[in-house]
Amino acid sequence: MAKEECISQRNKTAGDTSALRNRKVFPSSEKTPSSPLSKGTHSQTAGHHSEDDAQSSNGTSAQCSTRGNNSEEPPSRVLLMLVVGLSFSTRLYKIADPPHVCWDETHFGKMGSYYINRTFFFDVHPPLGKMLIGLAGYMTGYDGTFPFVKPGDKYEHHNYWGMRGFCAVLGSCLPVFAYLIVLELSQSHTAALITATLLIFDTGSITISQYILLDPILMFFIMAAVLSMVKFNQQRYRPFSATWWLWLVLTGVSLAGALGVKFVGLFVILLVGLNTVWDLWRLLGDLSLSLVDITKHLLARVVGLILLPLLLYITIFAIHFVVLNKSGPGDGFFSSAFQSRLIGNNLHNASMPEYLAYGSTITVKNLRIAGGYLHSHWHLYPEGVGAKQQQVTAYLHKDYNNLWLVQRHGENESQSGTPDLVRHGDIIRLEHKETTRNLHTHLHEAPLTKKHFQVTGYGINGTGDINDLWQVEVCGGQKGDLVKVLRSKVRFLHRATGCVLYSSGKTLPKWGWEQVEVTCSPYLKETPSSQWNIEDHINPKLPNISLSVLKPHFLEILLESHIVMIRGNSGLKPKDNEMNSKPWHWPINYQGLRFSGVNDTDYRVYLLGNPVVWWINLASLGLYVIMVAVASVALQRGFSLGQKRIEDSHVLMREGGQLFLGWLLHYAPFYTMGRVLYYHHYFPAMLFNSMLTGITLDVLLKSADLLLRRPYSDWLQRVGLMVLLFSVLYSFYLFHPLSYGMTGPLAHEAGSAMAGLKWMDSWEF
Amino acid sequence: MMLQLPLVVTAQVDLVLLLVSLLALWTRLSRLSYPNAVVFDEVYYGQFVSLYMKRVFFIDDSGPPLGHLILAFGAYLGGFDGNFVWNRIGAEYPSSVSVWSLRLLPALCGALCVPLVYLLTLELRFSHLSALGAALLLLLENSLIVQSRFMLLESVLIFFVLLAFFSYLRFHNTPSSCFRYGWLILSGASCAAAVGVKYMGVFSYLLLLGVASLHTWNLIGDRGVSHLSVCVQCVCRVVCLLVVPVLLYVFWFYVHLSLLHRSGPHDQLMSSAFQASLEGGLSRITQGQPLEVAYGSQVTLRSSASQPVPCWLHSHKANYPIRYENGRGSSHQQQVTCYPFKDVNNWWIIKDPGRQELVVSSPPRPVRHGDVIQLVHGMTSRFLNSHDVAAPMSPHAQEVSGYIDFNVSMPTQNLWRVDISNREAESESWKTILSDVRLVHVNTSAVLRMTGVSLPDWGFRQLEVVADKLFKAQSSSLDWTVEEHRYGTSQEQKEREAELHSPTHIDVNRKISFWAKFLEVQWKMLTVKQEDSEHKYSSSPLEWITMETNIAYWLHSSTNAQIHLIGNPVSWGVANLSLLAYQLLAAVYLLRRRRGFKDLPDGVWSQFVCLGCVCVGGWVVNFVPFFLMEKTLFLYHYLPALCYLHLLSPALLEHTHTHLLRYVHTHTHTHTHTHCILSLSC
Repeated sequence: MAKEECISQRNKTAGDTSALRNRKVFPSSEKTPSSPLSKGTHSQTAGHHSEDDAQSSNGTSAQCSTRGNNSEEPPSRVLLMLVVGLSFSTRLYKIADPPHVCWDETHFGKMGSYYINRTFFFDVHPPLGKMLIGLAGYMTGYDGTFPFVKPGDKYEHHNYWGMRGFCAVLGSCLPVFAYLIVLELSQSHTAALITATLLIFDTGSITISQYILLDPILMFFIMAAVLSMVKFNQQRYRPFSATWWLWLVLTGVSLAGALGVKFVGLFVILLVGLNTVWDLWRLLGDLSLSLVDITKHLLARVVGLILLPLLLYITIFAIHFVVLNKSGPGDGFFSSAFQSRLIGNNLHNASMPEYLAYGSTITVKNLRIAGGYLHSHWHLYPEGVGAKQQQVTAYLHKDYNNLWLVQRHGENESQSGTPDLVRHGDIIRLEHKETTRNLHTHLHEAPLTKKHFQVTGYGINGTGDINDLWQVEVCGGQKGDLVKVLRSKVRFLHRATGCVLYSSGKTLPKWGWEQVEVTCSPYLKETPSSQWNIEDHINPKLPNISLSVLKPHFLEILLESHIVMIRGNSGLKPKDNEMNSKPWHWPINYQGLRFSGVNDTDYRVYLLGNPVVWWINLASLGLYVIMVAVASVALQRGFSLGQKRIEDSHVLMREGGQLFLGWLLHYAPFYTMGRVLYYHHYFPAMLFNSMLTGITLDVLLKSADLLLRRPYSDWLQRVGLMVLLFSVLYSFYLFHPLSYGMTGPLAHEAGSAMAGLKWMDSWEF
Repeated sequence: MMLQLPLVVTAQVDLVLLLVSLLALWTRLSRLSYPNAVVFDEVYYGQFVSLYMKRVFFIDDSGPPLGHLILAFGAYLGGFDGNFVWNRIGAEYPSSVSVWSLRLLPALCGALCVPLVYLLTLELRFSHLSALGAALLLLLENSLIVQSRFMLLESVLIFFVLLAFFSYLRFHNTPSSCFRYGWLILSGASCAAAVGVKYMGVFSYLLLLGVASLHTWNLIGDRGVSHLSVCVQCVCRVVCLLVVPVLLYVFWFYVHLSLLHRSGPHDQLMSSAFQASLEGGLSRITQGQPLEVAYGSQVTLRSSASQPVPCWLHSHKANYPIRYENGRGSSHQQQVTCYPFKDVNNWWIIKDPGRQELVVSSPPRPVRHGDVIQLVHGMTSRFLNSHDVAAPMSPHAQEVSGYIDFNVSMPTQNLWRVDISNREAESESWKTILSDVRLVHVNTSAVLRMTGVSLPDWGFRQLEVVADKLFKAQSSSLDWTVEEHRYGTSQEQKEREAELHSPTHIDVNRKISFWAKFLEVQWKMLTVKQEDSEHKYSSSPLEWITMETNIAYWLHSSTNAQIHLIGNPVSWGVANLSLLAYQLLAAVYLLRRRRGFKDLPDGVWSQFVCLGCVCVGGWVVNFVPFFLMEKTLFLYHYLPALCYLHLLSPALLEHTHTHLLRYVHTHTHTHTHTHCILSLSC
């Protein structure tokens, strides 16, 4: 564990000489690999520093091995077994209760079922979590027939416990992983024990692990990634050994897993990435390594932490696409080409008239990724938004309101039996089938994109005005070209104003049912937003021809589904009436989430962290910052501190720093997110916070000897630890009904089991 | 690398600095009052300047008050009285407005930036030649010139930011003496000023704090200094860079709040207690007022449109001129306008056409949707009237007047139907504040409407009110709400006048502490959301780097003379290039140093790092945050970031010249260096 962080600044002043000295000193220190770290000369002059610096690599490896022995000692085994036992028993206890759908189980359970039924769906998260849920259900005999319609539905005879159990098992690993991480970082059983206790007896962590949710899976991968990263760091003095490779690969696998469950996994990737960059920077400064060695290190990390995860991530999607080959509720979000892959979709092995003709009924789909169908409905634009005419929007779902009739400009149907075909340059009218309004635009500004014109439905039964005329233009076509269904990119140019039909991708407010805005753009640049294709084409007078639509390439599907997911994610805007959770609510445990039940007759489960645990965490965050400030000033000023204290400060600053960074990375970005946020988004950060608490409180207890003399300080230390553990245990005893279910009156009534425990008014149990 | 011949050099330096300053003053100040019309955002800042002149309280979410205060100070010096309606870009200033003084302070700040950059480069320990280069780059940057020459705030912000960095570095470079803390205080004060002008200044302030804490950290690590001395120095720095700016920042608000003591258009955003502290404020609060408007109610009617300014239906003892300037005739009846300030002439009495009384009967008879009423002006007792006479400024619409019978066969048409447009959401009966009401003229079915056009001098520049056919107008300008309301009790005209003059109800607790006011105003500024409007010239941050966008600031309607904000493409290119070059160089140096190759002596290295911290860091903190912002962005937001790059370019050139090309013969070198810098600048 290099001391070079604090030294590197001083090296700047020491200049060339120190670097030289490093180089000279190194071989000699190599000969004394077990040079005791306890020689206690972390100290005042620059000269000493450079020696330390050079030795650090070997010095710590010795230290590691002795510490490694430590952890093999019996108490450690016992403690670990205890942690494992408690963790599993708290998470698996009453796993089958309540026997109805709780909260987001309605989504993720349903999506698990989709995998079993091989039905295509759309979700804003990557597929791994739901795949694993589906797999767990499949293995435990769930047949995918339960509809998961809404929270509160009874499961009855369906085997739902397998999916819950799977999540709970992964959730049970979290305290164990946290225990191991803290032990590895601080080499202190006390710290590890504190962390494990906080997490095992946190009602929030228990509740979130017990249901069919993505969070336990996500957190499992996050913690696994951090654990393997820490283990990998410990192996740094045996580079390229088998264990070194093992931990490297495991880190990579976990990263892929984390990202494969939710995009929040990006934060842990960032954490590991920063750690790796720092590690490489350290290696670069190690002048005993040749550039070739450093390149090898770099390549190993590129392979293990970038290429491997990427490959796995892509594989996950490949499996996702292969498994889900039937048409389902998510089709409309994707392009026509994508849909043609899905069995049961009307585009799968489609047969329809090949060329667009007058009198046909069609749907028109925007070509931008996740662009919708041209849509209209019996609702007018509200007062103040352009002209008060019928709305025209883009809509992502398949709906009969997406159907339009192609009408000829001017004269009606040609009398002959076969209808005429539409050609490039023809002037047409698009009549909405349901409402018989014409697609219309005029010189009013569009509702959201103010530089564009408003598009409306106008007229009735086909009679409108001059503004209903559109010129069909096939991209790359010439006058007289026919319009191929599905394959031609078509643009609709407005005859009177010269603008082009455009989908801006912006979501309309509530009056527009949160559908996507359609405008007429005066800028004629050819972008996917202004290009459309004809998807459905119904014309009984024309023969149907089977179309073998170009099957899209895998990478195209991958890219498309990502853009659709990201769009979907940012589209999750908070609704006006919905209670909106703010990031600052989370660390103070301001408000939980109702998992099940509202009234006093219901079986209620409320996701809320154990307030004692969370407030201890919050306090130790503050404490941590203060302690680090004090420690670093003391080191910078060169106060003479004992060897043990210096070591503690380094644990605090370096290992604690990693955890603090982890907390920050999993928390701060939420402040910048525009999407709707929930309380459970804080849980990954809470794990890091608990680990930090373990280290901080451990160091604090160890510093008891600053206050008292030797034997008393030990007592104080032990008493402090006992008080801490018991207060956590007791608070768990008080609050456990939150996780394991409450019935009877609500907390503010006298007869409740939770009477007197509603410490904050914002808690809803 | 200094110039040779020390004595001559010193003399030269002063001259160069002087020359550069003079040039800067010339480019920024010459023909300052041209064009004599409202240019771009002057229309926005101008309204606040007017409000300062009238001492009317307002809230602007775009930034803290210091910027507006500075502009208002300029206006004050020029004797501006605030009587100008800032309603459109390109409107000509009347001769009574001293345009020169309105624009003077921003232009001065813009001009002073040039010598500041010169000095700042010196403080970064680069040569006079580089300093000259930086100054020239800034001097000849036409976007900065344009931005400085009008009543806008960017140049003021840039000035304070540069001043803060200059004085901090001067502090850092001066050997210890008590005097150097003067520079530190100046630095803290300029930081406060920068933050006080625009919130963007916060990022530069944070950067400066970062640099300062790095220096302080090194000081703490200096074992040669005694503990006591370290403590004292740390405390001094904290006081100068943290305490002083915070206090000054609060002070700007103190000045702001003590200047603005009259109630105004933004009152309703504030709490009742706050409104109570404003002159003529409190009365508009619902509390204590009767809720339902009844026959005999005394009301003020506020237009729901807040463009260009919120205003109240108003009338006064002055008639429409018999003939307008363009020869059209009027009814010569009493003017009815919309007036943006509280006034006793804003009171109207609701009268039942079937009865004579102007008092509320008991029990009160509430007015409901669809009822027909008459409106009587409280002070003059004229009836609100409309007829088929063209309105003064909008001839397509009907004139609205206070009816005077001139016996010219122009009968009264003073019946109005109450049409509550939000009756679904609210109720069928007319409620104070809550109901949006349209007043439909019974005879012509035209609707009472505020057009937003201001009347000429005969109308005291108040806003025009007309009656218009329903379909043409934007909906909000048709709606009126009752704001102040009381049940009238006096039948006699004299008593009624006295009643109207009295406040609507007794003041509760006028006293509210400055801190409470400060916190409330600050909180409101940060939370009030302006509706996001896409602007014709708005742009995205990425377009700024490549300068793909410009802004037309002003266009003369007849001569087609124009002013555009667009950067100097050469200096823009140089700036981008040097930004890239610095990053590349820094990466190479860092990697090589890590491997033990010290390309630069330590002094030079720290100079190089300092340059990067200030210039590249300054660019980053003034540019990257825009990506996270959801407000409408314009090219001029990039100007502060650009200044940092102009600071960087010559310094980097000098660095390259002295340290990378050191093997080339010195003589030819100085030459090429000079050439490079000069050619770049020109």
